[in-house]
Parts: sequence; C-alpha cells; structure tokens
Amino acid sequence: MAELEQEEMKQYIVAKLGSEQYGIDIAYVDNIVRMQKITRVPKTQSYFLGVINLRGEIIPVMSMRSKLELEESEVTNTTRIIIIKPEQNASLGLLVDEVREVVTLSEENVEKVAYDNGREDVNYFVTGVGKYGDTLISLINISGIISD
Amino acid sequence: MDLSQYLEIFIDETKEHLQSLNDQVLIMEQDPENIDTVNEIFRAAHSLKGMAGTMGFKRMQKLTHDLENVFSEIRNGKMSVTPDIVDIVFKCLDALEGYLANIQESADEGTEDNEEIINLLNDALNSSTSNSETAEGEQAAKAAPAETPASDEDKRKFLSLSLADFEVNAMKEALEKGMNVYGATVYIQETCILKAARAFLAFKGVESLGEIIKSDPSVQDIEDERFDLDFSMFIISEKPAEQVHKVIANVSEIKEVILEPFTPPEAPGAKAVEQETKSEETAAEGKPESTKEAASDKKKAAPETKKKPVVNRSVRVDIEKLDDLMNLVSELIIAKNGLVSANENEDGEQTQQFNEQIEYLERITTNLHESVMKVRMVPIESVVNRFPRMIRDLSKKLNKEMELIMTGEETELDRTVIDEIGDPLMHMLRNAADHGLESTLDRIKKGKPQVGTIRLNAYQDGNNVTIEVSDDGSGVDVEKVKASAVKKGSISEEQAAMMTDKEAVDLLFQPAFSTAEKVSDISGRGVGLDVVKSKIEGLGGDVEVNTVLGEGTTFIVRLPLTLAIIQALMVEIQDEKYAIPLNSIVTVEDVPQEDIKLVQNKEVINLRGSVIPLIRLDQILDLEAKAEEPESLVVVIVKKGDKQAGLVIDNLIGQQEIVIKPLGKYIYIHKMFSGATILGDGDVALIIDANTLV
Repeated sequence: MAELEQEEMKQYIVAKLGSEQYGIDIAYVDNIVRMQKITRVPKTQSYFLGVINLRGEIIPVMSMRSKLELEESEVTNTTRIIIIKPEQNASLGLLVDEVREVVTLSEENVEKVAYDNGREDVNYFVTGVGKYGDTLISLINISGIISD
Repeated sequence: MDLSQYLEIFIDETKEHLQSLNDQVLIMEQDPENIDTVNEIFRAAHSLKGMAGTMGFKRMQKLTHDLENVFSEIRNGKMSVTPDIVDIVFKCLDALEGYLANIQESADEGTEDNEEIINLLNDALNSSTSNSETAEGEQAAKAAPAETPASDEDKRKFLSLSLADFEVNAMKEALEKGMNVYGATVYIQETCILKAARAFLAFKGVESLGEIIKSDPSVQDIEDERFDLDFSMFIISEKPAEQVHKVIANVSEIKEVILEPFTPPEAPGAKAVEQETKSEETAAEGKPESTKEAASDKKKAAPETKKKPVVNRSVRVDIEKLDDLMNLVSELIIAKNGLVSANENEDGEQTQQFNEQIEYLERITTNLHESVMKVRMVPIESVVNRFPRMIRDLSKKLNKEMELIMTGEETELDRTVIDEIGDPLMHMLRNAADHGLESTLDRIKKGKPQVGTIRLNAYQDGNNVTIEVSDDGSGVDVEKVKASAVKKGSISEEQAAMMTDKEAVDLLFQPAFSTAEKVSDISGRGVGLDVVKSKIEGLGGDVEVNTVLGEGTTFIVRLPLTLAIIQALMVEIQDEKYAIPLNSIVTVEDVPQEDIKLVQNKEVINLRGSVIPLIRLDQILDLEAKAEEPESLVVVIVKKGDKQAGLVIDNLIGQQEIVIKPLGKYIYIHKMFSGATILGDGDVALIIDANTLV
C-alpha cells in the first residue's frame, strides 16, 4: 500500500457497519448492488455468506461484520454488497449495512495504523484512519481481507 | 510487410505440413519405391521452405532447404532411402518442430542453427551423389542463362511505368548522393504456386540492399496475389547492379530478372517540367502515394507487432457448423420477438400463446447450445497423429518390433479436453511399448506373432468418449505387482494375500510404482500411471485397466465430451438446491425407513443384493437435521468405479443441462463441490462431486 499513499488525494467509498464508518479505495470498487439472494456454500470460511449471481458471474460474498469480528446484524433495505475487483479476473462482494458517500481524503488527513504483521487483529484489515470533518473513517486494507 | 497477421496461419499450416511429412516419411520408410509418397514429401518440404522464407525465419528456411535437397535427390532417383537417411530426416523434422515451438511462443525462431543436422543432411547428399551440386547451385545456374542482358525491349516493363514527381525527386536525390537507381522487371515461373511468397522474398531481398521506391503492381496487390507472372519496381541502392540482380534471382521459381540502371525522365532542377508531370500524373498520383505510405507504415508496424508474443489458440471450424449456429441465432431472435408480441396481446388470451412461444424458445436454445458445443469439438486426430512416429522411434530404441493400429481418430472431444489428453495417452502408449510388449525374441519363443501390436481405439459412448490403449504383450503379472508393493512397503503381506487381482492391478496407479526392473528413459521411473490417473480424473474422466497374463493389457480411458456443459440431476435438500452430475448416478430409489440397517454403526441399505452405505447429505452440508423423518427416503445411488453409495435427499427437481462455473478466487471451496451453476431463475446451485463422497 505504501506506493499508493504517496498520491496526494484519494477517493473512498464510505460504508457503514453499525455506528462505525469504513472507507474502501474507489480504485478497487467495481459495482455496488442491493442485497440479493445469497446461496450458502457449506464448509467454507465462516465469514463467507455464500455466492451470488451477478449477471452470469458467480461472486463470493463476505460479511464485513463477520470479517471484522463485529456482531452480525439484520438485513435492511439499506444493506448493500460492494463488489470489489482486487485482481483482473477475480471479484469479491463485501456485505455492508449501508453505503453512504464518496469522500476525497488527502494524505495529511490520514493517520496510518501501525500493526504487527503476524497479528490476527482487526487492525490488520485497516491501513489507517481518515479524518473527514468530524467523522473518523477506518480505511480498509483490501489485500489484508483477501489474504486468507 | 506486416507479417504478424499471417503468423497464426503460418503456425497452423506448418504444423500440418510437419505432420504430413512425419506421416509420409513413415510410409516412405515402409515402401521406398512409392513415388507418390516421395512427391508428396517433396511438395510439403517445398511449401514449408517457402512459408518459412516468406515469414523471414531464416534458420528454418535453411534447414528445410537442405531437407528439400535430399528429397529432391530421392525423387530424381539419385539417392535411395536408407534407414540412416530416414533417421536424419526425422531429426530434421524434430528440429523444425523446435523452431515452430519457439515461433509459437515468441514469434521468433530462436537462435539454434542446427548445424549438426544440416551437416548430416549435406553429408548424406554428398555421399550418395557424385553430382554434389545443390539445388541452390542448380537454380543459380538456371537463372544465369536466362539472364540475357539485352533482351526484348518490351520485357522491360518498368520503362512503361508512370512516375509521380515525388518519386522522380527521390531518384534524383539518390543519384546526387552517388547512389544507384535501378529499374527492374521480374518474371516468375508459370508453374509457381506461391507467387506472392516469391515476390515477397524478392522484395525482402531487395530491401536488405536498398529501398524500393515504387512497385507495380502495388505491394498490397502483390501481397494479395493480384498480379500475373511479372512485376516491376524501381530500386535505390548503393550496391552494384549485379548484387541486386543476384538477390532477386536467388529466390526460387523466379524465371527471369531484368535489372538496369535507370535515369529519371527529367533534367534535374527543371521545376516547370516537374509541375507538368505532376498535372499529368494527378490521376495516378493518389494511388501510388497511398500504397507507398501504406507500405512504409507497415514497415514501421512490423517490429512492434513482432514483439507481441504468443499466438491465440484458435480452432479451425467447418463452415457448415458455423452456418448452423447462425441460423439458430436468427431463429432465436424471431422466437424472442414472438414472445414480446404475445405479451402485448390482451391479458386473457396470453397464456396459451405465451407458453407456445416459451416452448419454441426452449427448443431453439437447446439446439443453439449443442451447436456451440460442436464448434468447440475437435477430432482427437490432432492429438494422436503424432503417435505413429513415436512408436516407430520407440521400436528402434527398444529394439522391439511393434506396430500401432489406430481407429476412431475422427472421434471429437472438447478443445479443452483435447489439449490435456495428449500427455496421458503418450504415457500409456510408452508403457505399452516398454512394459507391455515382450522383446521380439520372447515373442518368438512364446509363439506369438513376431511384431507386437499396440491398438489405440477411440469411440463415443453416450455423453462420454472412450479411448482404449491395448497391447498384445505379456499382461500384468499380479503377483509381481503385489510383491513389488510389499517390498516398497506400500502394503503389508497380509493385505497382499487378501487382495483381489483387480485391486492389485490398481496398485499400478499409485505414485512411484513401477514393475520394470530396469529403469529406462522411456518409462520405468514410476512417474507415469499415477500422473495419468490424476490428469484424467482432473478432466472429469476415469481410467481402468483390464489385463490377462500372457495375452495383453488394455487401458480404458473415459472422458466427458465437454467440460463446460454437463447433464445433471437437480435435487433439493431442505430448501437448498444442488446439482449432481448425471454420469455418476446409477439410479434413484425410494427407501422405506425400515429398510435401513446398521452395520458397524453406519447406515446401509440392501439394494438388489448389494449393500450400499447411506450418506446423509444434510449432515455433510452442515444443515440442521429435520425434526421428523419422513416414512421413506429419496436416495440417489451414485457410483465411483465399482463402489456405490446412496445420497439421501429430500426432493427431486429433475434432469437439467447445466453450465459449470467457477466459484471465484477468494473463497475456500471444499473438494466435494466441483463448481456451481446458474439456474433458470437466476439462483446459484452448487454442483456436488459424488466421486469425493463415495
């Protein structure tokens, strides 16, 4: 991520999980879709809810709450699946409570989080905290959440 | 000229020519007197040379050139076909395949000169004919007398060409710089088949010495073979006329080259005259200019495109198959329109018509599906046609007499399967040749025909293709296999004693197992059959061995027709839908609760005499058990080889053709699922690989 942070301004999609706000680098985001039927995949990682059919492509969907070890919540009509494309031919859906807005953060408004590499900590999934007005936005480390 | 667009065709055709050379040389070895074969070989070698030259693959051209010389001598009866010659020729073909592999990977032939093979070829030529003149020499000799310096005026067609003033200017500039300007007219032999290629070679040769400022017909026309037997051009070069002449005359099948220094029509500096010529030439100007630009554009583009490596995988498709596809698509559109208009009618009468159209649509999409599948089908010929050559080489190497009989080469398989099946088949054939067949001496002792027979038989069997590789050799010695396994420690002696013959033969497929006492470079290292098995299973197929001691061994490989689309049984387990591939299903049974027995604390049923274990899919799929069990269970009986198991499901939905899709990269998929499919309503259903459950 170091090279990306050298850029002055970056745009983030702000998603809500409970009262917390998370930012996902817009460069990775392919699409945002409403909640749809998720087919359960038995015997997979616990934070995977299953797979969806997005225009003929089968995409696994991960619960961001579960991945970040937050409590699961009800599906409401603000629930969204953010489709990210970390690599050319591979997509992943992230289930969030709500998608709020797109914000532009400059580097000086981002405070990096120091973390030990080996730690199975929530911090591992967050690269930094962005300040946008009064609100704090935890910036998601995409390579962290797809790595296991 | 930009050649990258021809690269694919070149690769395809070179493959074909090499294959045909391999085949024909094999025939020639058997029947050296057959003049048709020799002619065929000569033609193929000749085309290869021409194509390699056209594409600028110099090393490849050189090698084929020398190869062609050898065939030429054979054809003229000056040289006889000896086993040594055939060996050299095969070496040469292998080297050519090496070039082709390089070209396919990087669009470049590589740097291997294959001096050794060229020397061998030339030695063969020199030793067999006192007249050691190479074809090149002959051609030069042929070309020389043809070159009558002051031949007829009207042969100098370049004199009648009209020149645009920029061309005249270019000539003048060149002359001022002390370079030479030549006009040339080149005549090609009437019998020449690849006129464009010859012309192109001539152009290439000239371009290495200087610049072509104008040609008639245009480069584009020549490239498309839109010219008669001659073409003319103006050349600017520093080199003397003889050298330029030689470069053109050296191209084979060129009948005559007329090349003379040329003086531009107007005196230098006469601007007014130039203007005049310009107005005269206005009509013609557009064309030559644009062609010249095009030519130079292409020249610029060539190095860039050459860097682009790796040729796309292509399938040559019979035009009829594509026509079928097109017709079906048209019908689909009509049906869709029918559907739309039916929907627009008054609500009351809608359903009847609507259903009719839906059924129509369904029928067409099914056919469309099949057509698309057929487009992807390739005859296995493309894989197996290299085997006769391989068996010939093995026969020499192993010093065993053997022949390969192939049937059913026209059987078609999906392209993806075809690409993968070559290596496993090769392994099996090598096994048959090395382990299967006895030495010629042993065969005579046993009273068997001296020549061992290996058969490769392919045929379609429902939704599968079966390929059998059999030999009439010694068969597998079951006791020897067991002893070897015990020695290696993979089974205990008690286990060995308990084993059925079939189980023992299956030991052959275990990793690192080989009964060959001697390790040869053909087989016997014990990497082979286990790889074969895993590869074939990876393709969704299976492999089986039948063997009779003393009579021979047969490997039976079953492969699915296609990987992407399969027939499956859709089932419901609680409220989830799953697909079970039809090819692993034996039957579906209704089993009353009281028929379920417990053996070693496991549920089994007795179905027509055989005891089959039950697998509760709901448990395996981590679903909560239902509160109350129904009176009878729906059980899908699946098989893997001889083993069977019963999968307990809740509901049958029905048989359906499904398209297998991957589940995405980041999610962990248990091996019991071979993928997923999208159902008609857009839902996703996982595909259960029954093989992993049995």
